[in-house]
Amino acid sequence: MTATAPPRQAPEAGPGSSKTAAGRRLRPRAIERLRQIGLPYLLLLPALIAELLIHIVPMFFGIVISFKNLTLFFIRNWSKAPWAGFDNYRAAIKIHEPIGQALLHSFWVTLAYTVLSVALSWLLGTAAAILMQDSFRGRAIMRAIFLVPYALPAYAALITWTFMFQQDTGLVNHVLHDQLHVTSNKPFWLIGDNSFWAMVIVSVWKSWPFAFLALMAGLQNIPRELYEAAAMDGAGVWQQIRKITMPSLRPVNQVLVLVLFLWTFNDFNTPYVMFGQSAPHQADLISIHIYQSSFITWNFGSGSAMSVLLLLFLLLVTAVYLLFTSRKRGDADA
Amino acid sequence: MQPSPMAQPKSFLWTRRVVLTLLLLFVLTPVYVMLSSSLKNLQDVQGSFKWIPHGLTFRPYVDIWKTVPLAHYFVNSLIVSVSATVFSVVVAIFAAYGVSRYRFAGRKVFTVTVLSTQMFPGILFLLPLYLIFVNIGNSTGITLNGSRLGLIITYLTFSLPFSIWMLVGYFDSIPRDLDEAAKVDGCGPFGALFRVVVPAAIPGIVAVSVYAFMTAWGEVLFASVMTNSSTRTLAVGLREYATQNDVYWNQVMAASLVVSVPVVAGFLLLQRYLVAGLTAGAVK
Repeated sequence: MTATAPPRQAPEAGPGSSKTAAGRRLRPRAIERLRQIGLPYLLLLPALIAELLIHIVPMFFGIVISFKNLTLFFIRNWSKAPWAGFDNYRAAIKIHEPIGQALLHSFWVTLAYTVLSVALSWLLGTAAAILMQDSFRGRAIMRAIFLVPYALPAYAALITWTFMFQQDTGLVNHVLHDQLHVTSNKPFWLIGDNSFWAMVIVSVWKSWPFAFLALMAGLQNIPRELYEAAAMDGAGVWQQIRKITMPSLRPVNQVLVLVLFLWTFNDFNTPYVMFGQSAPHQADLISIHIYQSSFITWNFGSGSAMSVLLLLFLLLVTAVYLLFTSRKRGDADA
Repeated sequence: MQPSPMAQPKSFLWTRRVVLTLLLLFVLTPVYVMLSSSLKNLQDVQGSFKWIPHGLTFRPYVDIWKTVPLAHYFVNSLIVSVSATVFSVVVAIFAAYGVSRYRFAGRKVFTVTVLSTQMFPGILFLLPLYLIFVNIGNSTGITLNGSRLGLIITYLTFSLPFSIWMLVGYFDSIPRDLDEAAKVDGCGPFGALFRVVVPAAIPGIVAVSVYAFMTAWGEVLFASVMTNSSTRTLAVGLREYATQNDVYWNQVMAASLVVSVPVVAGFLLLQRYLVAGLTAGAVK
């Protein structure tokens, strides 16, 4: 198929165009034809303009900036900033020098955070969705409650968790130390090694309801007859879950796990609200790391180079993931 | 949903009871902390945590408006989120109608491009977009950086990919014969869209609106860079309670609750539509 350029003279159709319907029938067929071709593009135009302005154009600017030495000095006149060639990239991937080393550390932290959070969120979401597939008393209200973390504005929920993780006044230490006596003293949760685990817990709390929501929708598409037939054949509930439910959810899972991975890997809100602008070393997620190297030190060139590297990594992961899971799906279908 | 066709064994029932109870505790603990702490005295939140407040007070709900110009931020958030939602939904309706009802060159490219913007890291757009807004301001005088307009335009694109995807699924499920019939009756394509397709897709449109509003209301990263003291939204403004010398946790919790209630209430009322919309989208 060849790309057809949208015709310039877009038809002046609007919500009120129906009254011209009688007149339109008299127009030559050529104009009618042009109208037919142009109409879908006209419908897409607003969305295209918005996407271009906010996503596509800035992305290309970002790639350009990553090859520049852009500091605060040039911010009002960024085209005057000197070219840096691959210097920003070289600095970012030199893992034995401070900038590259910090970036690599941040990458590993983010990867561990993402894998843990996605795995646990998926597990909780799947368990809840399957256990709530059949109706029981209180099911509707429980479903509503489970969706609360998803509905709460991220910052409000995160501030509450920050309060719960306070060393002297928080709920977590009160339960662990004062009530259960698990710890001999009250540990710090928002600095040091614990900050990583605090962040994982909060992340799972925030994202498992989305998995639950998506899987619930997926479960509604499984035909009831499949279960009835299996029950006739003597399959128990657990067997039905293994043999019918899980395989039927595979297409939903394919998209769900990918979306959760991308969201969590790019997560900025969690560390930003929990730790402020400087996250502890152990919880230095890649988004906040790039944010810091851009807006705190005002080195946009270096920050952009890191963003581009991040994008390349995510593209690679997505491509490999889709290739791998689609082939597996193909095998299963065959 | 109909009752299960077979009797459930004890092991299943007990697993369900235990797992769902633990999940309820996990989900509700922060909600309880938010609610109970917002009704505590300052001394009560400054000492060791207490499950039961010593005497209830509504003082924090009075004080939150004075400690931080919360009402101002609330209005900013409301203007930005409502405008972004309205524009986003209208733009998404047109785009989804085009994708659902017409076959044209570039249809697939459009869908894939729009959806893939969803996966790009926000931080990648933030820096260049900030510079573009600053430079547009310098050369044309249209202030986008630090203005509500800039934030509205930005937020409307955040919900757009998901909204288009979900509405395409919804529109596809509406029989084409309906809009063909409308066209025979003398409606143009836009007449068919607004008189037939949109009314039939109201649940999907409601779901998409809720999603767009929540996205805008909860966004932190762009709000932290693109607003100033007069256009600051709640996402950034709420942090000001924590930057005071003494953190008034009872007020922080009260403010968090106040900014959450409209969104959570709206979401819970309309969540059925969201599930239905997701289902329609997943069928494809």
